[in-house]
Amino acid sequence: MYQYDKYDQTLVDQRVADFRDQVARRLAGEITEDQFKPLRLMNGLYLQLHAYMLRVAIPYGTLNSAQMHMLAHIARKYDRDYGHFTTRQNIQYNWIKLEECPDIIADLASVEMHAIQTSGNCIRNISSDQFAGAAADEVTDPRPWAELLRQWSTFHPEFSYLPRKFKIAVIASTEDRAAMRLHDIGLELVKKDGVLGARVFVGGGMGRTPMIAPEVNPFVTADDLLSYLEACLRVYNRYGRRDNIYKARIKILVHEIGVDAYRTQVEEEFAHVKTLGMDPPAAEFERIAAYFAPPAFDVGASDSVDLSDKAFAAWVKQNTFTHKQPGYAGVTISLKPIGGIPGDASSAQISVMAELAKAYSFDELRVTHAQNIVLPHVAKRDLKALYDALVAADLATANLDQITDIIACPGLDYCSLANARSIPVAQKIALRFADAERQADIGELKLKISGCINACGHHHAGHIGILGVDRKGVENYQLTLGGSGAEDASLGKIIGPGFDEDGIVDAVERAVEKYLAVREDGERFLDTYRRVGMEPFKEAVYV
Amino acid sequence: MNILTGNDLKTGDVVWWTGSTWSRLVGDSVAVDGDGADILAGESAAQRVNAAYAVEADANGLPLHIKDRVRAAGPTVRLDLSASTPLFRL
Repeated sequence: MYQYDKYDQTLVDQRVADFRDQVARRLAGEITEDQFKPLRLMNGLYLQLHAYMLRVAIPYGTLNSAQMHMLAHIARKYDRDYGHFTTRQNIQYNWIKLEECPDIIADLASVEMHAIQTSGNCIRNISSDQFAGAAADEVTDPRPWAELLRQWSTFHPEFSYLPRKFKIAVIASTEDRAAMRLHDIGLELVKKDGVLGARVFVGGGMGRTPMIAPEVNPFVTADDLLSYLEACLRVYNRYGRRDNIYKARIKILVHEIGVDAYRTQVEEEFAHVKTLGMDPPAAEFERIAAYFAPPAFDVGASDSVDLSDKAFAAWVKQNTFTHKQPGYAGVTISLKPIGGIPGDASSAQISVMAELAKAYSFDELRVTHAQNIVLPHVAKRDLKALYDALVAADLATANLDQITDIIACPGLDYCSLANARSIPVAQKIALRFADAERQADIGELKLKISGCINACGHHHAGHIGILGVDRKGVENYQLTLGGSGAEDASLGKIIGPGFDEDGIVDAVERAVEKYLAVREDGERFLDTYRRVGMEPFKEAVYV
Repeated sequence: MNILTGNDLKTGDVVWWTGSTWSRLVGDSVAVDGDGADILAGESAAQRVNAAYAVEADANGLPLHIKDRVRAAGPTVRLDLSASTPLFRL
């Protein structure tokens, strides 16, 4: 994985020194909260419902074991012994003290990490496919491109004060595991006549106005990609609305002027930008790409796995992923124990995962947008030992992409923006569907819960989505069906009037039972919904 | 009636206005006149507490709105992490 050069390290170290001074001035009363707030947000420090919250950037979700150990150390020393992995492939800590925050980001900098680009109207942390570099179906490894975009976007002088925040995802396979088209810009790396380039999608997003990004360009060559993105951002920066926060995202601009007009503006700007020499020389890209060379796989490794242990076999079936290298598998560690808090991990569990990455996955981990952890390169001969270690750490739940693998935002239990709690609903649903055989029978079902319209829990993209709202001071939950964040992206539709906390659990169960009753062979919940439509589910839910 | 709440500047802890200072225990809070604007203005200048505001409370001095009740009780999914023994459950 990428390692900082002296420029990266200097930038991060300088930021630590700057923030230490800013915090000292705030604590001394030399600057007001109004003056300090934008400074702390530029370092990922929010003030949430109960305390300060620090959101740490994990570029394209990739970590080594030293970095993962540091995340555990921060949880232990500065927080309350746990962290919360987010739908943006980051981690956040919920109980941070302002006076200790400079020491935390200094600790992060010591392992080439920071909390920059996790807040504010800048280009946020770049996201990508959690199986990048391991997936058998990728046309190239998207991580060097994600890293190039990270370097381009960090402290970009033109794009530090955009009309609104800006999220970019990069994938390199037709199967979309990163909700690419629900980003402000989504890039799908493709090859055309042997030439590498990207399909460019602009104007997707969730929030109060969910949109699936339309394709702005079917093929931008890799040599032009950075200039093209610069043009996309410049047009947004020029014409994006700054008068209304709810209309400020690029999706609104693209929607209002139309994708053709936006494309024309981008092409005109690109013709100018391309003359500026912005795209990196091949040698620089190759320098970056070299950090992402495949690890030293055992070329003769066996694909054979002893599956006589039923629980282990179920975990292998559900939580491992086809690797491009014979004899290896990608492993997803579920952070969704039945009845647990989605995405939370204790410091001890984080340390265990760090050690297991070191022992079994060439020192690499990934955070997924579904709030799980991936060990991308595990030899199949090591799967049983890995599984046993995960069992001991309560990390071996075999439920990837099943109904209990629920995405949930922190909701009203932690978030000052939320209108309703998400986590208790997720816990109740997981407990209702805890039976492993029942989950296996239901099959792939992506259930996503947000505690407010900002949609951090991706409810718009859930096969089943749940949105918490405040109805005259009482939590109420709307049910949506038919969303998808995958390559068949779609937005869920509201089924009807909302439910209370227990009612929404019953409603989900009735929708699932209807699916089981009417599905045809091989159909997932989403497939059945798309075939039969909303009405049968509505009749079942509102009995 | 109204009570006042905010977050301690240094620690971020949820705090409640006691009439003379701030406490981490909602049970220490006292009712204020009107929306407590004068107190909020004075405390804003003192810079001990961030984002202070008035919340409606019931006859027992406990917040009425669920958001403020969660602030007072701590995360309902991690009652072990509350600032104090929760005075109530949601």
